[in-house]
Amino acid sequence: MFGWQGKILRVNLSDGSIKPEALNEEWAHQFIGARGLGTKYFFEEVDPQVDPLSPKNKLIFMTGPLTGTFASSAGRFNVVTKGPLNGTIAASNSGGYWGAELKYAGWDGIIIEGRADRPVYLYIYNDQAELRCAEELWGKNVFETTDMLKEATDEEAKVACIGPAGENLVKFACIMNEYHRAAGRSGVGAVMGSKNLKAIVVRGTGSIKVDNPAAFMQACQDARKKLREHEVTGEGLGAYGTNILVNILNEHGGLPVKNFSEAAVFPNAEKISGEYHAEKYLVRNKGCFGCTIACGRVTNIPQGRFKSSGEGPEYEATWTFGSNLAIDDFEAICKANFLCNELGLDPITMGGTISCATELVQRGIIPRTVADLRWGDGAMLVDLVRKTAYREGFGDELAEGSYRLAEKYGHPEFSMTVKKQELPAYDPRGLQGIGLNYATSNRGGCHVRGYMTSPEVLGLPERVDPDATEGKPALLKTFQDLTALCDSAGICLFTTFAIGLPEIAAQLRTATGLNISDDEYLLAGERIWNLERLFNLKAGFSKKDDTLPPRLLKDPMPGGPHKGRVVELDKMLPEYYRLRGWNEEGVPTQERLQQLGLA
Amino acid sequence: MVVKVKLFATFRRGRFREQDMELPDNCTVGWVLDHLNIPRRQLGIIYLNGLAATEDAVLHQGDTLSIFPMVGGG
Repeated sequence: MFGWQGKILRVNLSDGSIKPEALNEEWAHQFIGARGLGTKYFFEEVDPQVDPLSPKNKLIFMTGPLTGTFASSAGRFNVVTKGPLNGTIAASNSGGYWGAELKYAGWDGIIIEGRADRPVYLYIYNDQAELRCAEELWGKNVFETTDMLKEATDEEAKVACIGPAGENLVKFACIMNEYHRAAGRSGVGAVMGSKNLKAIVVRGTGSIKVDNPAAFMQACQDARKKLREHEVTGEGLGAYGTNILVNILNEHGGLPVKNFSEAAVFPNAEKISGEYHAEKYLVRNKGCFGCTIACGRVTNIPQGRFKSSGEGPEYEATWTFGSNLAIDDFEAICKANFLCNELGLDPITMGGTISCATELVQRGIIPRTVADLRWGDGAMLVDLVRKTAYREGFGDELAEGSYRLAEKYGHPEFSMTVKKQELPAYDPRGLQGIGLNYATSNRGGCHVRGYMTSPEVLGLPERVDPDATEGKPALLKTFQDLTALCDSAGICLFTTFAIGLPEIAAQLRTATGLNISDDEYLLAGERIWNLERLFNLKAGFSKKDDTLPPRLLKDPMPGGPHKGRVVELDKMLPEYYRLRGWNEEGVPTQERLQQLGLA
Repeated sequence: MVVKVKLFATFRRGRFREQDMELPDNCTVGWVLDHLNIPRRQLGIIYLNGLAATEDAVLHQGDTLSIFPMVGGG
């Protein structure tokens, strides 16, 4: 095989067996790699009704055929499992260097099964793999663990690991790699913790063969030229990172404030903006494997009570710890973000849960004797992040995510979640297409399943009216399918600000030799989307879950440019189902499944 | 008339962050862009009082005009 290495590693932690097996070539052609191929293996092997934290759940690390190659920004891998936060299919995508290293070791992916009796880590050196004792590592944070494992194995090795949050089964724990990059969402770190697997250490010294080297290099150069020459990928993201969006969404009137309870305009946005970050605290930017965009932030807080350094924060973290908690202290936001990396937590759900809890306290629903939470308190935020990772005091309740918390106190309507996963940083009452994306995302509240902010706010690839519902279902479907393809190829979604289907397909074709048309590659994305949908339906989700928190459907936006609007989901969802070839209940028709090769 | 003009990201370099500008009556967004030497090639988003606007939009006393280069994130 070309692009793909043609091998996966199957590790059973219950009996300690480690077996290489040939990659299923037919599945690779249908589901490409990473998110898609990982989901196919998971779908075929795991009962959708499985308890996510039981030994019967599996944890699949999968790269794409472009991962580790010269393709544009091709450092991605996905972690596929049934997520403990909400029970949907979880495909958590990460950059960094670990995915490329796994390919160089000769593997496309790893399937983890069962549960170890005691803490272990998996060490892979090319075609050799062994399970080693991790009892000394248990309890260590991500940075300590990474350092100790490089020392114990090979300083060039790449480490993916969990921190205390994963060990303590925090429902939104992530898997970190190379210190700062995260497979962040859906609680994949808790699944790893439930298996007593502390880390996977990989060292690879091999290479990746491509089908047509000359044509592949040309396709990569074409894509890289477009990335270099585009304002966003050539300059903007490198200079300001994703945090540039704070001021944009604020001016748009889409930056959620106080658990989406106020107008989505934060008066002190400038103090938490990407511009402010770059001016005051940015040391330099940083890229993942093979990336010319380099949006990562190396950040230093030189003094004061939050003195620290680390990477980020990204826009999502800045928002969730910033305006969503009415906090305008950028140093506290940075510190909370660094702690999330160190302890292995998803910032979006962390901040969303604290925000929900704060609203419940302010409304008198959670007694102040349980938790005395206030808006705008940076020190409180930092303390709560740490307590959540260790499940100390009220942190034990926060560790379950906002839906379980709000439900426990009798008011699930204040949990700003879709399918029990916290929403990201866009108030959909000011972006109708993002509202439809949230409602239909296969992993619940998520922006990167179909990033409608791009056309609705950024005007890329072309501007559409954010308040309109017309045309949104069709546009969203294309975004979702293309994103599924991009995630499965192993390249970064951010490349799609500058390149599109033709460039992605050209790189895939020349790397793998899978000579199908652009449209057939996009159809693979649609196939992946429908497979995820089928899993969720078998797991018990249905049309009733394709919705939004009542606040966004019923409470008009209190102010700002989109004052008075709600998300008009009922105007968009039926058309979306129809375009997808699903019946009125959101179930794929037999005819469409046959067209997609899923019947 | 006075219009509040806000610049973002790279457009602040050598210009300003926020300024109340005295402008000729009935001038357009495009006039302001020319006045500030903002290259059209770099132009991304224009918000007039929080709503997306084009270069042809006519400004009025008390408006807030926000100008961004092409940027992305997520």
